[in-house]
Amino acid sequence: MKNIFLIAYLDIKESLRSKWFYVYSLVFGGLMALFFITGVSDAVVMGFTGLSRMLLIFIQVTIIILPIFILITTVKSISGDRESNVLEYMLSFPISLNHYYWGKMLGRFVTVFMPVFLALVMGVIFGLIKGGDLPWNIIFLYSILLFSLCFTFLGIAFFLSSIVKSTDIALGSSFVVWILLLAFIDIALIGLMLQNRVDDKIILTLAMLNPIEVFRIGAISLFDPELTVIGPVAYYLLDTLGTNLLIIYAIIYPIIIGGLFALFGYLAFRKKDLI
Amino acid sequence: MIIEAKDIAKKFMKEYVLDHIDLNIHSGDRVALMGPNGAGKTTLVRAILGFYRLDNGLMQVFGKDPVKSRIEVLNGISFIPQLPPPIKLSIEELLTYVSKSSNIPSENIFKEAERMELNLKANLSKPFFKLSGGMKQKLLIAIALSKKSDLLIFDEPTANLDPKGREQFYDLLDEIDKSCSTIYITHRLDEIEPLINRKIYMELGKIIEDERL
Repeated sequence: MKNIFLIAYLDIKESLRSKWFYVYSLVFGGLMALFFITGVSDAVVMGFTGLSRMLLIFIQVTIIILPIFILITTVKSISGDRESNVLEYMLSFPISLNHYYWGKMLGRFVTVFMPVFLALVMGVIFGLIKGGDLPWNIIFLYSILLFSLCFTFLGIAFFLSSIVKSTDIALGSSFVVWILLLAFIDIALIGLMLQNRVDDKIILTLAMLNPIEVFRIGAISLFDPELTVIGPVAYYLLDTLGTNLLIIYAIIYPIIIGGLFALFGYLAFRKKDLI
Repeated sequence: MIIEAKDIAKKFMKEYVLDHIDLNIHSGDRVALMGPNGAGKTTLVRAILGFYRLDNGLMQVFGKDPVKSRIEVLNGISFIPQLPPPIKLSIEELLTYVSKSSNIPSENIFKEAERMELNLKANLSKPFFKLSGGMKQKLLIAIALSKKSDLLIFDEPTANLDPKGREQFYDLLDEIDKSCSTIYITHRLDEIEPLINRKIYMELGKIIEDERL
């Protein structure tokens, strides 16, 4: 077990020196600062104002960029080490594959989750400076939703990183996964439904299977229980499942998906040639 | 018996890179593994290290399967790759990884590095990949020798060393316990000839010559 923490610790130290980590932190921290500076929190659009308004915009940006950031920075984790022969050397020491893989994943989870979480904390601090009520329930639930979104895409990235031997293919696959999942959020689903007269149940199943859509519905339902700003599929799901069940699903489902992908990645890592 | 390979085969893209090889390496064997590029030398070493799942045959290192019992097998092996990999960890972090995963006291690595005239203390915070080629190779050698393994595998270990560095390296090798087995992948037999007692020549995935000296 101590080796899992050793690998995680070394991965965190390595990531903290990497350029991708600075860019990643700067994007999320910078976004929050930008919202504050440009007075987004003072604007009243669609009924939201103050910190809720700022968090809502932050969520909408997060939905788009967080998955791709996680995918492209993590997918190189094992495939890049394999390609550059770093894996060959590191695994020539008596360390179990189990410890190596899960240690890497633990370390990478800390480095992808912390900047987004700290940006959220920064938003809360801005909110405190501005005064007014802080929506603690939203902040708490949003943190958990961010946790599960990070975990999903980390699991998918580790899966891709394990099964693909070249970094180029790993990066290409990440983009395909991202574009595909983005394409199947509410608006595209409705387009599909209208154009091809696809069965409603298929549309709803697609929505429920897409972790980006699930995160989107879960996160925005915190602000707008009627989900009028998000689209008819989400509205239907909310109406069918109810707010509480929808939020529970939005938290648990992505964690299960991320866990399954990470597990399949681990099995592939163990079963295939290591280099 | 340190290594026992029976009829081992490995294919990449339907081509045999190890073509049904039989090989026994005993305690105290010091082997020069030679052959042209693509002969299968590195693949054989990687199979010994348990990196590859073989398509055929039986590979045992210290009496164990290197894939299934990788920790027990790798506990007894020190390995130096042909080219130092671009490890992004700092030297201090790399030493932490090595000493904790292999239970080697860091002082042992420092001592071996000093004997190679490598000043580790002055470079501890530097990322490994930013060291010069020679410094990287010396550090890998220091790590390998400090592990006190029963089997040392060196893939062109002196490729990045200047003549003085090579001399120091060969002096250190001369001090290794005679019961320890060593495999050198090399194209420069003349340099290591005094250190070896066996020559194996590979071509197209087969062992075509195995001579005891």
